[in-house]
Amino acid sequence: MSDMDEHDEHVFRLTRRKALKGLALGIGTMALPAKEASASVWESFFQKHFRELGSAERQKILARLEKEYSARYKKSVRVKDTPAPEGVLFGYGLDLSRCVGCRRCVYGCVTENNQSRDPQVHWIKVLRLSKERGVDLEHSEQYYNPATVPQDGYFYMPVQCQQCENPPCTKVCPVQATWKEKDGIVVVDYNWCIGCRYCMAACPYGARHFNWKTPGLPAGDMNPETHYLGNRPRPVGVVEKCTFCMQRTREPDGKYPACVEVCPVGARKFGNLLDPTSEIRNVIENKRVFILKEDLNTQPKFYYFYSV
Amino acid sequence: MVHGRTIFIWCMVFVSLSVVVTAEAGRREFWNTPPKLESEESYKVPPPPFTEGIFPCSECHKEMRPNPQRRVLKDEHTNIQLKNHAENERWCLDCHDMKNRDKLRLVSGEQIDFTESYRLCGQCHGDKYRDWKAGIHGKRTGQWNGKRQYLLCAHCHNPHNPRFKELQPKPPPMRPENIR
Repeated sequence: MSDMDEHDEHVFRLTRRKALKGLALGIGTMALPAKEASASVWESFFQKHFRELGSAERQKILARLEKEYSARYKKSVRVKDTPAPEGVLFGYGLDLSRCVGCRRCVYGCVTENNQSRDPQVHWIKVLRLSKERGVDLEHSEQYYNPATVPQDGYFYMPVQCQQCENPPCTKVCPVQATWKEKDGIVVVDYNWCIGCRYCMAACPYGARHFNWKTPGLPAGDMNPETHYLGNRPRPVGVVEKCTFCMQRTREPDGKYPACVEVCPVGARKFGNLLDPTSEIRNVIENKRVFILKEDLNTQPKFYYFYSV
Repeated sequence: MVHGRTIFIWCMVFVSLSVVVTAEAGRREFWNTPPKLESEESYKVPPPPFTEGIFPCSECHKEMRPNPQRRVLKDEHTNIQLKNHAENERWCLDCHDMKNRDKLRLVSGEQIDFTESYRLCGQCHGDKYRDWKAGIHGKRTGQWNGKRQYLLCAHCHNPHNPRFKELQPKPPPMRPENIR
C-alpha cells in the first residue's frame, strides 16, 4: 500500500471527495451576486439581522434602501425604522354589527402598504357569514360579489393579522426573521426571511402572504412613506403581513391605520390597550367582545365586537 | 282650651297653605324656566353637509309667516321625505325652530346651531350619543393618540332618512387558481 501511495504522490487523482468539493465551490460561486452587480446587492447580501444592528449600521442600511427604492420608483422614498413607542400596546376593534362588507378596507390597505397589485396580494380578507349560522368559518365565503352590500341574511367579518400576544408564527421561523415588537406588532424582516413559509402554515388566521413573484407595484401607485419592518417594497420570495400600518401609527402624530380611516361605516376602532381612556378600552369594557379562535391560546389583540 | 285649639287649627291651615303655595311656585318655576345649558364640551366637527345654497334658511323664510299647521309640503322642500325615522309621529317643526329658521330646536325649547345637531339626535338616540362621544359610534379620523376628527351624525346619516344606503362592494379577491 505504502509503495503505491508514494508512487502516486505527484499524480492528480480525482476522488469522490475532491469532486464534490469542487462542485460545491463552483455552485457556491455561481450563487454569489455577479461581479457587475451593484454594491448595494453585496451589502444586502452581507447584512446582519435587523435586531443586531447598531444605530449607525441601521442608518446606513436605510439610506441604501432609500436610494435603491427612489431609483426604482422614480420618486423620493423614505424608509423609517421608528421603534415601538413607550407604554403603548396596540389593540384593534372591529364592529361586526356595523360592517357592511364593502371591501373598502382591503383596497385602502393595498394602497397604503405597497402590496403587489399583480400578482394580487391582500392583507385583509372579508368573510361573508350567514346570520343563521353565526361565526362559522367553515361556511364562510370570501368571493361574494353582489351588486350591493349588505345582503339580507348575511353579516361580514374582515380577517387580518390578529397581532397575537402569543404568536404561533414567530415560533416556527427557522431564522428568526419574524418577531413580536414591544408595542405588540408582529413584524417580518424582509431581508432576513428565507421564504420557507413555515409561518404561513403556523398562522391559524391565514394572515400571512407570500410573494411568489416579484411584486407588481406600479411606480405611480407606490406609497413613498415607508417603514423598514412595514410597508417598504418587498422582494420576491418573502412573507408579508399586516403591521397595523406602523409607518402611520408609530409616528408621534399617531395617525390611525389606513383601514380605520377608509371604513365608510366607522366599524373599525384602534388605540392603546394600556390607556384606560382609549377607544379600544372603552369597547372592551362596555361591549360584547370576542376574539377569533380563542381556544388556540394565541391571545389576539384584535377584538371583534357588537356595538348594538 | 277652645281658644288654644282654634289657634292650633289656624296655624295648621296656614302652614299647609304656605306649603302648597311654595310647591306650586316651585313647580311653575321648574316648568317655566328652560333647563340650564348642559356644560357639554362641544366637539369640533366639519361644517354641516347642507345642500348647496340652502343655508341660511332665513334668506327665504324671513318674509314668510310661519305656519305651525302640520301638513305635507307641496311647493318647497318636496325632495325632503321623512323615511325610516318615525315619519308618522314627526314633522319639520319638531326639530327645526319655527321662529329662528337658522337654528334647530331641542325638546326643551333650547335653540341650537346646526353644528351641534348631535345634541338634537342624542335626545332620542342616547346610547348612540354616548358611544359617539366615546369614539365608538361613527367614523374617526386623525390621531389615535391625539386629536380625533369627529363627524356630525348628518355627515353619514341623512337626518330625514337615516338608514344607510346600500353600497357597491369592491371587487372580490382573485381565486388562487387564477393568479399567474
